[in-house]
Order: sequence, then structure tokens, then C-alpha cells
Amino acid sequence: MLHRRPLVAKVLADRPDDLLVVSGLGSSTWDVSSVGNHASNFCFIGAMGQAAPFALGLALAQTGKRILLITGDGELLMSLGVLATIANKAPGNLGLMVLDNQSYVETGNQPTATAGATNLPAVAAACGIAKTREFSKESEIDELSNFVRTETGPVFANVKIVAESLPLAFPYSFDGVTAMDRFRANAID
Amino acid sequence: MTATDAIDWHGDIFDVLLEEQIDVVAHVPDAGHGPLIQRCEAHNSIETITLTTEEEGVGIISGAWAGGRKGVLLMQSSGVGNCINAIALPSICRIPFLTIISMRGEWGEFVPWQVPMGLGTPKVLEAMDVRLFRADRQDEVGATVSAAARLAFNTRQSAAVLLSQRMIGAKQFVEG
Repeated sequence: MLHRRPLVAKVLADRPDDLLVVSGLGSSTWDVSSVGNHASNFCFIGAMGQAAPFALGLALAQTGKRILLITGDGELLMSLGVLATIANKAPGNLGLMVLDNQSYVETGNQPTATAGATNLPAVAAACGIAKTREFSKESEIDELSNFVRTETGPVFANVKIVAESLPLAFPYSFDGVTAMDRFRANAID
Repeated sequence: MTATDAIDWHGDIFDVLLEEQIDVVAHVPDAGHGPLIQRCEAHNSIETITLTTEEEGVGIISGAWAGGRKGVLLMQSSGVGNCINAIALPSICRIPFLTIISMRGEWGEFVPWQVPMGLGTPKVLEAMDVRLFRADRQDEVGATVSAAARLAFNTRQSAAVLLSQRMIGAKQFVEG
């Protein structure tokens, strides 16, 4: 299994200007922020379950740019229905990457449904997302990065990672307007 | 056909969407909004999105605005309760969130289960800092939606239009 911080750093390495990254509450936001507070990141610090819908809306608006959602199993489990909505709208520029540690680390390591019977790539596939894959090895990271950043979407990557509690890395701003306005100016540009 | 049917208020809403260049229409299928949804689906430049649950629409139109497009969420009052925590997103980021809500549970309602959320709809929206507009007559629907849209997009606030059940016409069921 993979460690989330170096994994996210590798996926975001040498990112092009037209890659817009959306991260979900909460560890995923700390991971993405730990790589650097890039102007093309929009990091959720609340509204759990809204990261994937937001990424879909962004993908429909900015069809010339790649949208990469990085979120956790717990955050996505809150809004599984959106996988059906994404599959049916089928935006070609949307990559979904789930950091699946099978637990709610932020709140004390309670197990999520993926620790039990639930298989997220199977859910995504059953919702109609044609390209779903699972990654769990160090040797697969380049392939993962290509898959979520360049493969015609929508694509769904489930990445099995170690459940670990890491130091918080804060995004550009906790103030929503400050964060949104910088992101939006860059996204529309 | 009664006299009030002569006003194509769905068409009036559609015209406001075009005027305001609102071209992302997220909805949960609803009889009250039905004719409007059909017109949006038939229009080339409007992106319609069928949701599995209303709160998805909050994130989708917020994301669309972040990407430079204007959206609206069409739903029934029963869906409002599903959206509450999601509204933290447009609220805290000052994203213009516009929703048009067909009311149930308020005028000649047949289904008791519609009543709680019908009563709760204006209260919970106000609790989440959403500005309320209400249309009780068919001839005021267009102007009301236009006012709400302009407030939402010009001032970056959340605005909801409540379409009264009396105006839409209460759904009736044939017993048997």
C-alpha cells in the first residue's frame, strides 16, 4: 500500500498550467496543500460530499482544461450518487482519484464502508464510468498519474493507501472568498 | 383550460434564463418544473443535468460558476432539506447560488409527507442565508425569477424563488 503524501506529490509533479485540481475534505486537502499552494487548486475544508459535484460542474464549464478531483473514500461515500451523474454526463476532461485508506482518519480512524464489503471502483463501474482502475503499488504511480491526468474521462482511480495521521498542511486561505476568487480568476483565464 | 392557463409561466422562466445567460440547469425531475426542463433540454446551448439528489446540484452549479458559467438548480420543496450543509459552499465562497423551487405541502396538498418540508422550506433557506423571492401568481413568475437571478449574480448571494403550490396547481390523485 502507498503513502498518501509522496503519492500525491508525484501525481502533481510537473503539472501543466491547464490542470485544475479540486481536493475534498479533509486529509486530501492537506495532501494537495502539502505539495504547494498552487493557484489552480481549489481545496474543500467543509461541505463534505460536495467535492465531486463541484469538479463535475467545473469540468462542464472549462471543457478545454483537465479537472482532477483528489478526495478520500469517506468524502466520496457521502455522495455516491454523483458517480451516476458523472457517468451520464461523461465529461472527457474529468479525472477522479480516490485516496482510499478505508478509514475516517480525521475523526479517529473509524472504519469506512470500504474497510468492509464496499468496493468503490466496482461502484463507479456499475454507475457507468467505463474506465475504473485500482492502484496500490509504488511501481504504478506514473501509470496512475497518466491515467487521471491524461486519459479521456471520466476516469476513476481508486488508490489503496496506508491509514496514517499526518501533520496538517493548510491551503492558500481558509477564507472561502479569498480561495475562490484566486482559483476562479485562474480557471477562467 | 382555465383562464390562468393562458400564461406560459414556464416559458417566462425560460426567457429569463436566456436573458441572464444561465446555461447550466441542474434538476431533480419534477412535475411542476416539467415543461421548463423540457424546453431547456431541447435548447442547444443549455446544459441540463439530471441529479440523483438535490444537493449535488449545489456543488455542480458552484463548480460551473468557478469555471465561468451561470447555473440554476430546479427542485421541489422536499429537496431543499437535502441541500442544507451543501449551501455552506456557495455561502462561504460567495458563489451566486440560484434555485427555483416548486412548493408542495402548502395549498390543497394531498400527501401528508409533503407537509413538513413544505413548512420548513422558507425557514431553513433563511437560516442558511438564502434570500427568498416568492411568486403567487402566474403573471409575476418571470419578473420574480429575473429579480432573484439579478440579485444572485450581481451581488454574489444565494437566492431562491418559491413557486407557490396554489399558482402551480395542487397535484390531485384519483382514489380507487
